[in-house]
Amino acid sequence: MQRLLDFFSGLGRFFQILWRVLLWTPRPPYDVKQLVLQMGRVGVQSVPVVALTALFTGMVMSLQTATVLLRFNAERYVGSIVALSMVRELSCVIGGLVVAGRCGSAMGAELGTMRVTEQIDALEVLATDPIHYLMVPRVWATALTLPMLVVLGDVIGVWGGYVISVNLLGANPVSYMSTTYQYLDLKDLLSGVIKAAVFGLLIAQIGCQMGFYTEGGAAGVGRSTTRAVVVASVAILISDFFLTKILF
Amino acid sequence: MSQPKIELRGVKKSFDDKVVLNGVDLTVEEGEAVVIIGGSGSGKSVLLKHIIRLLRPDAGQVVIDGVDINQLDFREITEFRRRFGMAFQEGALFDSMTVWENVAFPLQRSRRFKARQIRERVTECLAMVDLEGAEEKMPSELSGGMRRRVGFARAIALEPKILLFDEPTTGLDPVIKKTIDDIILHLKDSLHSTTVTITHDMASAFRIADRIAMLHDGKIIAAASPEEFRSVDNPYIQEFISGAQIEH
Repeated sequence: MQRLLDFFSGLGRFFQILWRVLLWTPRPPYDVKQLVLQMGRVGVQSVPVVALTALFTGMVMSLQTATVLLRFNAERYVGSIVALSMVRELSCVIGGLVVAGRCGSAMGAELGTMRVTEQIDALEVLATDPIHYLMVPRVWATALTLPMLVVLGDVIGVWGGYVISVNLLGANPVSYMSTTYQYLDLKDLLSGVIKAAVFGLLIAQIGCQMGFYTEGGAAGVGRSTTRAVVVASVAILISDFFLTKILF
Repeated sequence: MSQPKIELRGVKKSFDDKVVLNGVDLTVEEGEAVVIIGGSGSGKSVLLKHIIRLLRPDAGQVVIDGVDINQLDFREITEFRRRFGMAFQEGALFDSMTVWENVAFPLQRSRRFKARQIRERVTECLAMVDLEGAEEKMPSELSGGMRRRVGFARAIALEPKILLFDEPTTGLDPVIKKTIDDIILHLKDSLHSTTVTITHDMASAFRIADRIAMLHDGKIIAAASPEEFRSVDNPYIQEFISGAQIEH
């Protein structure tokens, strides 16, 4: 019963904070420096891990689909399946999970430490709303940069599939590329980008929220960090279902 | 008669089953230096946090300059807090910023000052707490006493009319305690501010207070000038004072 109450209380806080993030966004002072800093942390510093994950996902997709489609003599569709899977689903979900692990946890730990060392109280006392100063740049930075990472992941994943199909499985490169683009349209790409933006918002907001309400010193910071990753990952998977239902 | 600067009316606060404040009534006049004393865990910090709405009471009112601060929305309270400066027990300095950036922070956020004015004011504030030359140091490079003094400098940057000090001398050696007390007196005189200090250090309380209030069992059990306070007919207070004298 207590867990159920905690869940609804956390959900209520989520929407309350989201509302305040939206209310504070257009109000000065605009902290462009923080926004750029956070975009660097979330975007630039996540490029290697997102690229590597997308590359191997594309490669595995290519191996798996080729093996199965061979049974139906339909191996020429490997390119289409890899591209559609990457662009519509895999790149944004896997990219989101990776960023949740890398950046959501960091946000939870950073704000959690600030909470237990009274730095968040100090912000409030210095007439600075912590949601304005800490959360607004983090939420927007993540919501804006995750789609860029996901597009990069799309390209690398499709390329990974191409490399395996052509070099390892002997597919015709021209035919592979033509089937890759044949069934792919702008809507597929956009749906992945929209999902990524929503996932970015969820990751940052949940990470910040967990850190913001940290209690209990160093152990509390540890709990908030773990919770930031777990809750953001679950939120990504659940929201992915509903977004897919709405977008297709 | 002018209205009090700070007025607490029947403030009650509990955490789970533990009653911390059980109907606190306290009035602080403009320009007055009030020291709130009490044993460890008596709720002094909780009381101080109510004055600046870092905590909200379960019942009762906190009235500052005639305004019930618990009726303000989150944007109004952010503006209202510009009247306050608060120095935290461990300084609560922003650990990612240098000493200079910490003191400049409230000035930059207020958007009322030009860069030159900010530079001058930061230098002035650091001189007031005897910390010239420490501008480029990080908080991790400072001793406990220095961190508190940087916290003081940051608290006074906007020349607040109400200064709150949370256990400013706890854990410091007697020489530094005396220095901190002198700084508090100097800040009060130079800024003509109303100050509320919480401490369990009686020597410090007698040095800096116009009036001493004792918090015990969730209530203010006595409030009097330092001279009158020494002769209050209450065994707990007498024990507290004599215990402190033995300690010192």
